[in-house]
Amino acid sequence: MRLIMHNMLTCNIKGVINKSPLRIEAEKVIKKEVDFNPDFLRHMLAKIEWKALVDGARSMGYTELPVHAPGIESDEPFLRKFHHALLELNLEEGSLVCQESGRKFPVNKGVPNMLLHEKEV
Amino acid sequence: MWFLCVFYHRLLDFRKPEVEALAELFGEDESLQWRLPEHHHNDTPFHFVQLSSEEIAQNIAKRSILVKGMYELWGEGTCYEELKESIQSFPDSRKLPFLTSDSTFRISVETFGKALTFDEQKERIHSLTYIPFEGKVNLKNPDHNFFLMEMDESEESNGLPPIVQRRIFFGREVGFADRKLLPTFQLKSRTYLGPTAMDAEMAFLMANQANAASGKLVYDPFVGTGSILVSAARFGAMTMGADIDIRVVRDGRGPDCNVWSNFKQYGLPAPVALLRMDNNVPPWRSGLKEIFDAIICDPPYGVRAGGRKSGGRKILRGTVDPYTVPEDKRTGHIPSTGAYSLVECVHDLLHLAARMLVMKGRLVFFFPVLRDECGSEVKFPEHPCFKLVAVSEQILSSRYSRVLLTMVKVGPYSDEVEEAARLMHLEFRENHLKWLEEGNIHSSVFKPSTDSSQIRTESKTFKDPKPKYRGKYV
Repeated sequence: MRLIMHNMLTCNIKGVINKSPLRIEAEKVIKKEVDFNPDFLRHMLAKIEWKALVDGARSMGYTELPVHAPGIESDEPFLRKFHHALLELNLEEGSLVCQESGRKFPVNKGVPNMLLHEKEV
Repeated sequence: MWFLCVFYHRLLDFRKPEVEALAELFGEDESLQWRLPEHHHNDTPFHFVQLSSEEIAQNIAKRSILVKGMYELWGEGTCYEELKESIQSFPDSRKLPFLTSDSTFRISVETFGKALTFDEQKERIHSLTYIPFEGKVNLKNPDHNFFLMEMDESEESNGLPPIVQRRIFFGREVGFADRKLLPTFQLKSRTYLGPTAMDAEMAFLMANQANAASGKLVYDPFVGTGSILVSAARFGAMTMGADIDIRVVRDGRGPDCNVWSNFKQYGLPAPVALLRMDNNVPPWRSGLKEIFDAIICDPPYGVRAGGRKSGGRKILRGTVDPYTVPEDKRTGHIPSTGAYSLVECVHDLLHLAARMLVMKGRLVFFFPVLRDECGSEVKFPEHPCFKLVAVSEQILSSRYSRVLLTMVKVGPYSDEVEEAARLMHLEFRENHLKWLEEGNIHSSVFKPSTDSSQIRTESKTFKDPKPKYRGKYV
């Protein structure tokens, strides 16, 4: 699972109010190269929740991202770091943890399992 | 500029929408004007279309699946004398640049609905000596490709009206479809298949309807084996998919036979994400919206494969209360799922698209329809945020078809839209059984024939008033 996906997810069980990004507990992280596409990255930059991306990258071992996203002009070195964090870090095994309820969503073979149990719907 | 657009004679409903979608992708901002050749029926493979430039025509043709060729028309007529007059009156300034002595050319003779012998073809090519070709002939790889197209009046067949009249066209080829994509990507040689994997030709058509392209993010909420995403990836898009069945998405049939290996097979970049989730209770964080450029999918119609959503069958019907799984059994527990009616499935899809598509983003999906009454008005799903721009029918059997709907997001996702969706979601939940029956087409497709149709087959003189209309719409 890449951070682009992680950034979109939340815990949606009954009773959880905040619907905020999940904390990552990483067990196995691998790096996979992806082609660099600045247009795509700029389009994504506007949609990403920056703090969640920085925290997520940190839990996967990458600390190069700046704490705040730059303004409108984003230069190439920044885009390269953004690209690496967003698309090239892969969580193969681990879990996504809801900060509010503690519920863990497992990630196996790179696929997060967001399915809810019977009473959580 | 008017171009002669000649289509492959198949999937008739899909031809013009594909060109219109690609025209938008390549920069046409007004809707296209089409014209039919004199006395031709709309089913004809020959259409005239107005495009802003030759470059756009070439781009559309190259990327399309159904355009056999786009031509700059030099002349037309019902006989060779008329053709000669027509070509001679076509301005020299448009012809001479392509007839220069340092260029190579080829003239091909093509027919529709008839066959010509090699000698007859040669005779027709030689009749064009009034065109001042100065270059050399190169049959393998010419600079300019000219086509002479001849057809006679076709007959009525199987209840269908005649589609072409006697006509001869002569034009310079501007572009043509790369059909070589099809044998490369055909399902026959796909590594990982599922029962409802989308056929390669149709998957490319869907990707064209959605304008998948480099720099865009395309999502399939019913990804299955990824057959639709493969074609979007081939056109350069980044892809993402989800499915409720974890076996398909995570495991496949083994480490070398899964969704990832389908992309590896063609050297395409793998999806940026695959996840297992329920579209009925999606896990999107708050504030997330307008992130996908296109959503392309084939939702389960409930005929050959039914949809599933969270909640066991008994829980949804209220027979049993929602239960908590004991701690020791929780890891590896596969939550039960229940039937997901087409109506609710499509409602959730439209809501997902309304929220997650960028403005002017495209939602492309198949919707099943019963072919019972002749010309009965079918009601397609609607949503205040969307404008329906294309409807293309593919006949599946005498009882039902599926239509490919293309919708463009024209209205922003507002609090009202969100609230309406939330109320509808509750309505589906409260009245689970009622909604299961609504729009259930499985029974209509598989019910045994009624008596009246048995009488029909016995009596040879009985003429079926509804044209079968099967052939080219399949």
